[in-house]
Amino acid sequence: MPPLVKRLASAIGLLVAVLVLNFLLIQMAPGDPVEVIVGEMGGASEELIARLRAEYGLDKPVIVQLGLYLSKVVTGDFGYSYYFNQPVLGLILQRLPATILLVVSSLMIAVVVGTLMGIYSARKPKGLLSHFVTIFSLVGYAAPVFWTGLMLLILFASVFPIFPVSGMQNVRGSETWIGAVLDVLHHLVLPSVTLASIYIATYSRLSRASMLDVLGSDYIRTARAKGLNERRVIFGHALRNGLIPVVTMVGLQFGQLFAGAVLVETVFNWPGLGRLAYESILRRDYPTILAILFFSAILVMVANILTDLAYGKIDPRIGGSRRKAPKPKGAAQ
Amino acid sequence: MTETTSAPTAAPEATGPKPAHPALEFLRAFARNQSAIIGLILLALVLGTTFLGPVFYDVDPYSMVDMPFVAPGGEYAPLGTDYLGRDMLAGIIEGGRATLAVGAAAAVISVVIGILIGSLAGYFGGWIDAALMKVTEFFQILPTLLLAMVLVTIFGATLVTITLAIGAVSWPQVARLARAEFMKIRKLDYVQAARTAGARDAYLIFRVILPAALPPLVVAAGLAVGAAILFEAGMSFLGLGDPNTMSWGLIIGQNRNYLLDAWWTVTLPGVAIFITVLAISLVGDGINDALNPKLRRR
Repeated sequence: MPPLVKRLASAIGLLVAVLVLNFLLIQMAPGDPVEVIVGEMGGASEELIARLRAEYGLDKPVIVQLGLYLSKVVTGDFGYSYYFNQPVLGLILQRLPATILLVVSSLMIAVVVGTLMGIYSARKPKGLLSHFVTIFSLVGYAAPVFWTGLMLLILFASVFPIFPVSGMQNVRGSETWIGAVLDVLHHLVLPSVTLASIYIATYSRLSRASMLDVLGSDYIRTARAKGLNERRVIFGHALRNGLIPVVTMVGLQFGQLFAGAVLVETVFNWPGLGRLAYESILRRDYPTILAILFFSAILVMVANILTDLAYGKIDPRIGGSRRKAPKPKGAAQ
Repeated sequence: MTETTSAPTAAPEATGPKPAHPALEFLRAFARNQSAIIGLILLALVLGTTFLGPVFYDVDPYSMVDMPFVAPGGEYAPLGTDYLGRDMLAGIIEGGRATLAVGAAAAVISVVIGILIGSLAGYFGGWIDAALMKVTEFFQILPTLLLAMVLVTIFGATLVTITLAIGAVSWPQVARLARAEFMKIRKLDYVQAARTAGARDAYLIFRVILPAALPPLVVAAGLAVGAAILFEAGMSFLGLGDPNTMSWGLIIGQNRNYLLDAWWTVTLPGVAIFITVLAISLVGDGINDALNPKLRRR
């Protein structure tokens, strides 16, 4: 499948660029990495400093250092986190599943709820619920996500204590695995709803605009003339085209979703990459933070490729993985 | 396809029997839009409070006026006090200035970068387009907040570095929009005519095409201000803002650990952010609809 291969090649090129950026950022940081490390450790002997310098290849020209850095990364060596006192790669792999769980479930909530809201308000633009949808989408857009989280936290910590507001698991743990799964899902409710709130707004707006457009088109009139019931018309015929802009947006916004995860994980103490990013930024733990930047780029990349594949499924006109969604006219920009 | 390109060529036929000035037409459409007017009023309220507030409410936002965590409606502080016993109302007035200034300046930076990159890519096409779009894609795969956090940590957290960092990571969407507009407009007859008349590239880009591409970009710029305000709030909430300058996000972040005892300390600054961004987006939508007669009819 050549288009996919081309896509992968371009993805790898971009990831190398991210690594070069990472390297440049380390170079730009005040003091060299060794000074930072030594500062973090609270001072070190001259010997140790000299050894660290040699270990990091800091006595060599910049371009050689870049080569060293890249070759280390290829072997999975992202350096050592002096704050967390373990290799960065292990730290990240430990935190990655929690973030993927949070991001994917938020995305699912946002797409399903947002699209349903959009369909509804496209069907009955003057209905009471449509006004509610409009208001909700404005609120979701304008409220800072961390603040939404804090408000939910106040609500569910003191007023309705039915959802846990911090962490991912009960302190005591569960005996059975099914209990453990339910426990995690229970903890997942508030963070994922918070993170989804921004995107519900976007997707309901988008799907409303594109459904309005699609529902006005000839083939829908034909479908109705055939005597199909409304459910078939909407979900069998219209939704397929109406969803295209939503899929585009999901792909484009995945990076932002991850950025939102940094805030939401910090609010709810969710033990994912986002909170790790926050913790390591505060500690100036550069190896960790740069590796997170790299891994989040991989996540976004994977999401983009999946989006491209989803296009082919939704819109048969788009063969393979070309990103040429015919933008419905008048769709929101 | 239809919204903006008609501006230079089709202005007369677009306006019924009595041709009105396009600007007048725009204002009329905007004024008919209720939610846009509400947005404008809210925006005026926010700007008035933050910039004229100190004249009417002269309390030092950095000094202690009462016990910590006095609830709103207290004797000394109408909106209560924070964890250091500082006046919340004064803090919100003071914090608004930094938040709005950073938001506006960062949005300007991102829009300028975005227009520059997008216009060059859309105008020249070919390998220039391919290269610039690769750069854009590169910035889109990096989570903006994370990258800005790293930049601010490396270069130090001051209002200037925060503004630059937010601007430097938020331009890709504007760039894509500008590119699409330029690709559309550069093929139009009047651009071809100007080219045939001997206009050079720079003239064509900035004097011939850009004015026609501006309307959607103006709307995008408005939204960029809202996004930058949210961005700044998120960074200061995480403690990556300028620690010496009061801002809405900073107030929330500093009081966060006490939110169950003093809900107002995190709720009120958030309401301020919310109203500001809401107002900007309502006005932005209003401008968009007024510029776009096709949407207006819906």
